[in-house]
Amino acid sequence: MIGASRRGNLLLALAGLAVASMPLWTGAYHMQLASTALIAAMFALSLQLLVGGAGLVSLAHAGFFGLGAYTVYLLGPVSVLLSLPVAALTAAVAALGIGALSLRTTGFFFLMTTLAFGQMLFFLFHDTPLGGGLDGVFIQRPDLIWVVSKAQRPAVFLLLNLAVLAAMYAGLWLLMRTLFGHALLGIKANEHRMRAMGHDVQRLKLAAFVLAGALAGVAGHMAALTDAFVSPDLLGWHRSAEALLMILLGGIGALHGPILGAVALTLLEEFSPLITERQRLVEGLVILAAVLLLRRGLAGIAR
Amino acid sequence: MMEARGLSRRFGGLLAVADLSLTLRVGELHAVIGPNGAGKSTLVNLLAGELAPTQGTIWLDGADITDFSVGQRAKAGVGRTFQRTNLMLNMTVLENVRLAAQASCGGMLRRAARVQAPIVAAREALRRVGLDPTGDALARTLSHGQLRQLEIAMALAGQPRVLLLDEPLAGSGAEDAEPLVALMRKLSREHAVLLVEHDMDVVFAVADVITVMVDGRVLAHGMPAEIRASAAVRDAYLGHVVA
Amino acid sequence: MTTFLAQLLNGLQYGLLLFLIGSGLTLIFGVMGVINLAHGSLFMIGAYLAYVVAGYTGTFWLALPAAIAGGLLFGTFLEAALFRRFRDREHLDQVLLTFALILIFEEARSILIDNQFHSVAVPALLDFSVPIVGGFAYSAYRLAVLAVCLAVAALMLLFVERTNIGASIRAAAENPEMVGLLGVDARRIHMLVFAAGTALAMLAGALAAPLQSVYPGMGDGFLILSFIVVVIGGLGSIGGAFWAALLVGMVDTLGKAYVPQLAGIAVCGMMALVLLVRPAGLFARG
Repeated sequence: MIGASRRGNLLLALAGLAVASMPLWTGAYHMQLASTALIAAMFALSLQLLVGGAGLVSLAHAGFFGLGAYTVYLLGPVSVLLSLPVAALTAAVAALGIGALSLRTTGFFFLMTTLAFGQMLFFLFHDTPLGGGLDGVFIQRPDLIWVVSKAQRPAVFLLLNLAVLAAMYAGLWLLMRTLFGHALLGIKANEHRMRAMGHDVQRLKLAAFVLAGALAGVAGHMAALTDAFVSPDLLGWHRSAEALLMILLGGIGALHGPILGAVALTLLEEFSPLITERQRLVEGLVILAAVLLLRRGLAGIAR
Repeated sequence: MMEARGLSRRFGGLLAVADLSLTLRVGELHAVIGPNGAGKSTLVNLLAGELAPTQGTIWLDGADITDFSVGQRAKAGVGRTFQRTNLMLNMTVLENVRLAAQASCGGMLRRAARVQAPIVAAREALRRVGLDPTGDALARTLSHGQLRQLEIAMALAGQPRVLLLDEPLAGSGAEDAEPLVALMRKLSREHAVLLVEHDMDVVFAVADVITVMVDGRVLAHGMPAEIRASAAVRDAYLGHVVA
Repeated sequence: MTTFLAQLLNGLQYGLLLFLIGSGLTLIFGVMGVINLAHGSLFMIGAYLAYVVAGYTGTFWLALPAAIAGGLLFGTFLEAALFRRFRDREHLDQVLLTFALILIFEEARSILIDNQFHSVAVPALLDFSVPIVGGFAYSAYRLAVLAVCLAVAALMLLFVERTNIGASIRAAAENPEMVGLLGVDARRIHMLVFAAGTALAMLAGALAAPLQSVYPGMGDGFLILSFIVVVIGGLGSIGGAFWAALLVGMVDTLGKAYVPQLAGIAVCGMMALVLLVRPAGLFARG
């Protein structure tokens, strides 16, 4: 997996600046839409550490996103400085347990077991009273460091989400350049050889799984903070599949691919109702087209 | 020094390796030959740790490593190459070898470009096999002979004392063989080398000791001249090849 | 006590339905190396087919042959049009392709029929209760489903264990590279396995239609459970899938009856346990 080139990172930074300037030239609706895209990008980016980084296709990832979101509900109104790390930690602990078990398998079995474990987290909030019921629940947001008025909210959340996404991207960009990142890429390229050369493949994969889970928890936390609503749907495996779609759309080999894919899919979901109400059909056909035609993703086109 | 005693491996009803013992010494190239299905590859996999023996013990410098996994053996000093090229083809030659050298590195969160030890080790391994000018090329662009050299460089990068070469010439033409033969001669001075190879000209050119396997058992063991002179070996095997 | 007996029989019957779905899934994985997330949607399509056929013709009995014939045709079409091309693709592509199929199938169902819940009447011939022991009686239709599923399972095992084609399917499931060596036309085997798997899933849907409501997304729960069946049973193993399906069906049914909040979690927990003890599957050989 390659990070964007110097020019690519410059373009990303420019796009970031354009988003940051949105409060100056657009209204609440479009800022909320941008926040949705930014959160989707965080979620897909966290999954890219597994897919593009280590070659692991996990369907449990939405479970960690949802856990991060529900942590906000379960904590009640505390400081965001507490809720954010707790959300990341909760998701990381769940990812440690689920990863330790499902990484005992490979290939199809890994897919199937992550699917089942992800659904287990889904059932935890869907079937039990723990998360306030199957229809979802409105939540009190954690306190930001200063008081934010209702009118300021869309702009503040937009900038906050942008900052978190930028930090996540920069962190992963640096991570993929470490010995750890290179070892992950080696595992993706040839797991058997890496094992034979003495790499502790299992521990490396588990570390990536836990870190990706924690980052998904952060994304879920930001979603709960932004929307003030959580529901069991956040944990369903369809969400994991959608994140995989963002990765494929954006380009599986590029670290910035999921960001492009998340923006593209959010825009598609926003504007396709103008043409047809058959949303799922549109999404299904887009996936078919992407799988059949777009082998290197948007990042491959805009190389 | 690597030593195996009474090594056996059973697959269902088939005894692929039966009560086999051998010793690999530094400075000695030990070739294992035998017809197809004699159990040579199984032997390499038993020594490398890919397979667990049904019976028998393996020592490395006096320590019992029978229960070590592949990775643990690699770290303990057992390097191996694969019969079928087994690389990261979309990475550069240097990256392939550096990943091999990196296996024993701690401090995984250091920037890869700043950690010198594995890079130095990788360059040294590439230099030893004569691939140093190709470091920045993608592995998939190498010729077949170069890929075989890269296999060996990756085994060397882990600083092994024992080197298991599983048909290093597999699929090579005569023009690839010559540099590999020279390379094996050099390697056997500093490592304990086990060589599994079908090309008898190569084996007799480089081997210090030869073990002949048939049906999982040792048929004969000795210096190349002794093996060449052995009537039993000729009848069972060599006769068909050397004629 | 009588409710417990009824739950046991329900669990058995649910498990057998799961076997019809899971056995197709495990063979398609094993033989073709394709992961089909849309397998649960095929179950839904079978149930809707039963609803439509029973509605138009007035007899439920036509729905079963319709599901089998429709499944064979549809499966052949899907294999030739899509899945054949995806055998050598990466998992990510396979996951997304079959996820797209789920979305498309659901939307097609919404366009062709509607988004409502429907019920399919139990066929009049079997709309009575059979006294079993003491005062305990059990639905005749449910018993018939039990019998049909057992018969199909027996037929499948006979086919796979006793015929030449079955032997090559088993060989292929255990070692995909073998098929070429056996001199069998791998493409025919793939088509057969995919068509049969589709027909089984749709038959299961048709059989289940009178037992539960017919509704959008009804295949989703079955998908997860049949994946768990495949994991517990061991990849490509029909016999393993059989016992695993009974186990999962029983745990899920009894769980839903007595600890409804924990049923979903219990089944996944069981899978976790199996992974801890035997990662290759509880019923895998060796």
